[in-house]
Amino acid sequence: MTIKAQYLGMPLDISELDAENLEYFRYCAGHAFHLQACTACGLLRYPPTTACPWCADPGARWTPVEGSGTVHSYTEVHHAIQPAFRDHVPYLVLLVDLDTQKGVPTAEEALRVVGNLTTPEGRLAPPELVRKIGIGTRVRMVFTDIAPGLALPQWTFDAAARQPAAVWRYPED
Amino acid sequence: MSLTSDIDTTSPKYLRDKYAIVGVGETAYMRGSGKTTRALATWAVRNAIEDSGLRPADVDGMLSYQSGDSTFSPFVAGDLGIRLNFYMDVFGGGSSTEALVGMAMGLIEAGMCKVVAIFRAMNGYSQVRIGGTGVRAAAPVSGDMLHSRAYGWQSAGQMFSPTFMRHMHDYGTRPEQVAAVKAIHSEHASNNPKAYYKQRVTVADVLASRMICKPLHLLDCCVETDNGNAIVVTSADRARDGRHSPVLIRGVVGRCSKPRLDMHYQHGPISTVAGRYAREILWPNSGVGPEEIDVTGSYDAFTFTTMLQLEDYGFCKKGEGGEYVSDGTIRLGGRRPNNTSGGHLCEGYTHGINMVIENVRQLRNDVDDSCPLASDGTRRHTYDYREGGCRQVRDVEVAANLGWAMPGTGSAMVMRRG
Repeated sequence: MTIKAQYLGMPLDISELDAENLEYFRYCAGHAFHLQACTACGLLRYPPTTACPWCADPGARWTPVEGSGTVHSYTEVHHAIQPAFRDHVPYLVLLVDLDTQKGVPTAEEALRVVGNLTTPEGRLAPPELVRKIGIGTRVRMVFTDIAPGLALPQWTFDAAARQPAAVWRYPED
Repeated sequence: MSLTSDIDTTSPKYLRDKYAIVGVGETAYMRGSGKTTRALATWAVRNAIEDSGLRPADVDGMLSYQSGDSTFSPFVAGDLGIRLNFYMDVFGGGSSTEALVGMAMGLIEAGMCKVVAIFRAMNGYSQVRIGGTGVRAAAPVSGDMLHSRAYGWQSAGQMFSPTFMRHMHDYGTRPEQVAAVKAIHSEHASNNPKAYYKQRVTVADVLASRMICKPLHLLDCCVETDNGNAIVVTSADRARDGRHSPVLIRGVVGRCSKPRLDMHYQHGPISTVAGRYAREILWPNSGVGPEEIDVTGSYDAFTFTTMLQLEDYGFCKKGEGGEYVSDGTIRLGGRRPNNTSGGHLCEGYTHGINMVIENVRQLRNDVDDSCPLASDGTRRHTYDYREGGCRQVRDVEVAANLGWAMPGTGSAMVMRRG
């Protein structure tokens, strides 16, 4: 089943041929984050792919994964490319190390999941929230509903987590 | 001349100095070329062939690269009356030029053709904007882009910035250090009559320019231009009959990548780029190390890309790139100038090929600056690098070009004066 949707002025299309992305976003639409676990080596992978990037085995089982992690890096966009994002600048694109499988298979690795910083309701975060976030911030996953069978995983400040005393932000701030 | 030789005696050094770049050509760097990409490519290739001293009929191979925004070899060859024995037009950006030079060497070595023209033509400002606005922003989001563009994470600057930010976090690299790349390249461009931006700017100007996406200010980003560029590659034997002294190719590494090419942020320290892997091919193949390089062409799509590559190719210690690019080393008159044309930040943007053209001219001791011409047509370089003056590097023997597609993929090449 092909999914065609609109989000912030962008057409989002998932082809009926793209089985991995359809499955991934179908779980997201149910607000449940799932990743493929390789049936040969057991490692989780992100984003969804046809074979395992660690061992090349095509077998995979969709597995629930906890949506919690730490900001590994980010960019704060002031000049939007897509027209509808201009109403939301500055917005953050976060690269988040999931707690699950962090430091595996080597110390430098993590499942690094992309998302915007949003409110707990999944709307792009206002400036006062953007200013709180940096490398090291603890975040939890929320979802932005787009269409039946399609929600985008996003990140929001984890108010319940123990936050670091200071996070790294770009030095001109 | 002799080079202090082989740092790895097991490397495939048998192609060293066997191939040469014999011709370079371009069109003017403009915003609004008023020409099709086919016309830009045809002019650039024609100019490069003329520069080489060969005739169009001598060219029998053609390679090009593009991102759905240019013309194809058969049209250019047709316009110039060239019958080809081989052509190929590949998808790609800033890691293409050096990679295609390597392919041209392989083609000639395999006996498939004898003289290869390589071109890149684009209306990067007036048609398909390289910054990603316009038609690129309007295309539907699908496949892997569901995990990037859907988040307003699309342009090269947006996509690379987490790498740049993490480098600042990991190594304490400061905005004013990388801003020095733009300031220095602007000094170089002020001595390049072809450059789109000839105005010198300061580090303070860069930091005061508006923020595009952290850590990139407007002046940390390259210029969008319309342009065609071309080079001609042939064997060193054939090159001896050319108009100019040949520029010999020492070694090439092409489209060398970090693991997880589809999403390189998944692997390893993200503040390390493909140069970390490419250097292990480039230096042994070339038989030289970074300390023997006189001039570099480190890709400057952004100030940070220049710094990251110089660091990961080993021109300084890991983490010390900020100091390397701001201590005067990369300035004309410094120990190892970088992008003496002004590069992508100032001269114009053509996905790396113009920095190869610049270094070919450097190695001919014939950069097209404003120094006076002698009666025999050669330029009398003054080595006075003040604004509007010379940009020829003194006694240049060996150059390295470091091409960048993205943090996870790069290409590079070492050339020497023939």
